[in-house]
Amino acid sequence: MSDDATGPVPHAPERGIPEDEELIIEQAPPERRSRWAVMGREFLRAPWTAKIGLAVILVYVFVALFAPLLTPYGESEIVGMEFEPWGGAFMLGTDNLGRDMFTRLIYGARNTIGIAFMTTCLAFLIGGAAGLMAAAVAGWVDQALARIVDVLMAIPQLIFALLLLTIFGTSIPVLIIVIAVLDSTRVFRLARAVGMNVAVMDFVEAARLRGEGLGWIMGREILPNILPPLVAEFGLRFCFVFLLISALSFLGLGIQPPTADWGSMVRDNATLITYGDITPLLPAGAIALLTVAVNFVVDWFLHKTSGLRDEH
Amino acid sequence: MSTERETDMAASAPAEPLLTMRGLRIEGFADEAWHEIVKGLDLTLHRGEVLGLIGESGAGKSTVGLAAMGYARPGCRISGGEIVFDGQDIMALSEAGRRRLRGVRVAYVAQSAAASFNPAHRLIDQYAEAAVAHGVMSEAEARREAVELYGKLNLPDPETFGRRYPHQVSGGQLQRAMVAMAMACRPDLIVFDEPTTALDVTTQIEVLAAIKDVVREFDTAALYITHDLAVVSQLADRIMVLRYGELVEEGETRALLEHPRREYTRRLLAVRTLRKEEETGAGNVLLRVHDVSASYAGLVTVLDNVTVQVPRGRTVAVVGESGSGKSTLARVITGLLPPLSGGVMFHDEPLPPALANRDRQALRRLQMIYQMPDTALNPRQRVRDIIGRPLEFYLGLRGAERERRVRELLQMIELDPDAFADRYPGELSGGQKQRICIARALAAEPDLIICDEVTSALDQLVAEEILKLLLRLQKELQVSYLFITHDIATVRAIADDIVVMHNGRVVEQGTKAEILSPPHHDYTELLLSSVPEMDPDWLDGVLAERETLEEESPAGAP
Repeated sequence: MSDDATGPVPHAPERGIPEDEELIIEQAPPERRSRWAVMGREFLRAPWTAKIGLAVILVYVFVALFAPLLTPYGESEIVGMEFEPWGGAFMLGTDNLGRDMFTRLIYGARNTIGIAFMTTCLAFLIGGAAGLMAAAVAGWVDQALARIVDVLMAIPQLIFALLLLTIFGTSIPVLIIVIAVLDSTRVFRLARAVGMNVAVMDFVEAARLRGEGLGWIMGREILPNILPPLVAEFGLRFCFVFLLISALSFLGLGIQPPTADWGSMVRDNATLITYGDITPLLPAGAIALLTVAVNFVVDWFLHKTSGLRDEH
Repeated sequence: MSTERETDMAASAPAEPLLTMRGLRIEGFADEAWHEIVKGLDLTLHRGEVLGLIGESGAGKSTVGLAAMGYARPGCRISGGEIVFDGQDIMALSEAGRRRLRGVRVAYVAQSAAASFNPAHRLIDQYAEAAVAHGVMSEAEARREAVELYGKLNLPDPETFGRRYPHQVSGGQLQRAMVAMAMACRPDLIVFDEPTTALDVTTQIEVLAAIKDVVREFDTAALYITHDLAVVSQLADRIMVLRYGELVEEGETRALLEHPRREYTRRLLAVRTLRKEEETGAGNVLLRVHDVSASYAGLVTVLDNVTVQVPRGRTVAVVGESGSGKSTLARVITGLLPPLSGGVMFHDEPLPPALANRDRQALRRLQMIYQMPDTALNPRQRVRDIIGRPLEFYLGLRGAERERRVRELLQMIELDPDAFADRYPGELSGGQKQRICIARALAAEPDLIICDEVTSALDQLVAEEILKLLLRLQKELQVSYLFITHDIATVRAIADDIVVMHNGRVVEQGTKAEILSPPHHDYTELLLSSVPEMDPDWLDGVLAERETLEEESPAGAP
């Protein structure tokens, strides 16, 4: 596959079509650019919203990855009195048990983003595979999968999640699996819809006639062509999953104490609001900022890939 | 009826042309930069004159046609030159001013009527819309005129025709309904943008005749845009040959056809003259389709007792208009549509009817090339992987061995391996894409290739190169072709044997010499006589001939 893998050429290439000079139908070969160079150039041309969004996401990822280095205390270490004010040893005060608010905010990024990311990945694995299969096989497989998904989608998501978590317990693996399964229904719908548009193309039929198996048709013929909308959907779904986890934590069925998590931090410190202290709004603000940032980037990406171009 | 207004105007300014373009430049935006599509074109059109604009795709002919209405497509802009319509510089007009011209004094007939009509409204409502909106006539008047025009354009039941929705009429009828709509305000100029390209030859001739009649009757000036010199020479008084946004040659139709000055024009004229030399002696039978009947979902019978044979190393052309079942025949042979009865013998062994039951060797020996090279290649795979996959899949070639064979195949289809192996299909022209499809089929080392209308989506000159390539490959590799097409000229170019299909039945079959020389079956005759010829009198001649035939025998042609 690499450039140096060329074998000996048996005979000289017969270039072009013998015809008059004037009529040679040839185009200049397009300039070859590496994928990274193209991406870099695209980024420079992106609107400012997308740049801000991307910067915010990078900061979040950085903070999540290096949480232990950035924080002065341990994640669930009780370091002071309850509800201490901002300043001094505690930049953002302490929470209802006397843990450092700043430390927990940073660890919260790690836990909440990490879990939301894993959940979204799993949701895409399940929903994407099922959607591609429905598109590639069609017929009764498609019907069966679609009806199962309809049933799952008919039950309100939050209520269903609460119900399942109450049944199966609230450990983190259970949380991830339950939310991923519920969210995969949306991914399935999208993957199936865009996959169907590709599955009817002649090149897919050509692959079938060649005798290719289902895996090749799904993974090599259809998937690369529906990747852009799926990537955009990944950003959106990540936001929803993130919000759902926060909501569940706020309701007490999400990430369990003493793990730091933005949703439960809002709940635990909510009483401070009554006294005009904005500390509980900080984790809420962190959630809001990330969601907005992701949406900025997704918007830009959708705009780039959907063919909605500015008219010049 | 409308000629009064026009003669008045013509009388007041006898010498002044209706439309002039001087130094017209139009740019299009692609790959982050503006490129010139039309490079300083001059054009003059007099009242009542029909001017043909001809060229292959990318010549800028449609862009010029739209510019005649002061319109540039999204992503395009008119960057220089002037467009004067009836003494008015339309680029100097406001957008509202231009809108007043469009539909009333300049009308446009698009290539695909099916995509241009709103499927949710009745034809007559759409007919009346522009005229009423522009205040040219009242709703009732418009409807009355519509019926009259439908009659002139030979549409069935003109009284009630307009009450139908676009999907309820055939493609040819829809195209004529669009011509009627363009005529609604009796414009001075109509721009016809490839109005017959998407139609079967048998339908094309009806639409051409209708257009010719009305344009003559109302003495309307027209810009007729097409890639087919034979078609345009039936209508045009004058022809301009365009290439890459520049004028190649311009002249009176007859003069241009008789004495083309430029090589490019000569090549356009020579199109459809490619002939495959007669080969003697049929080889043994490679593929035999016997007594096949097939239907979709058991509802409509699309194939009715079809028997076709393909000898080794020869080309069998299956001819017929759309709906004749020729593509369904390909689906039956490839196993995509198991037949209701009958079967397919390949190498004297029955092929399993369903694709899933065929073994890899059977699949390898039977390859297919599609009509639309754009959709037949996966846009996310490089040429190397597109051609390399069958090598890997059928022949187990890997690594350097596979790479060597890919390069060999690219050379066979006359593309430079160094320049093309790394490209994506989006970086290829239509003809190059089709060559890659051919290479992909050849990679499997097949005995039979089914070619489904492989040239009908291509420009004529490009199509001819593809046909030459297929002929050469057949000679070198002794591969058989089952060539599905609606175009008799293509059949002449490539076929050894011909099968004529109509409504799912084989009407006539035999060697090329047998089928193409009289006496013909009625339907074959209709197909043959509908192929446009490079003769300005061809259309009138054929129509007159058909009329006399009809008078002689009232049952007449189908």
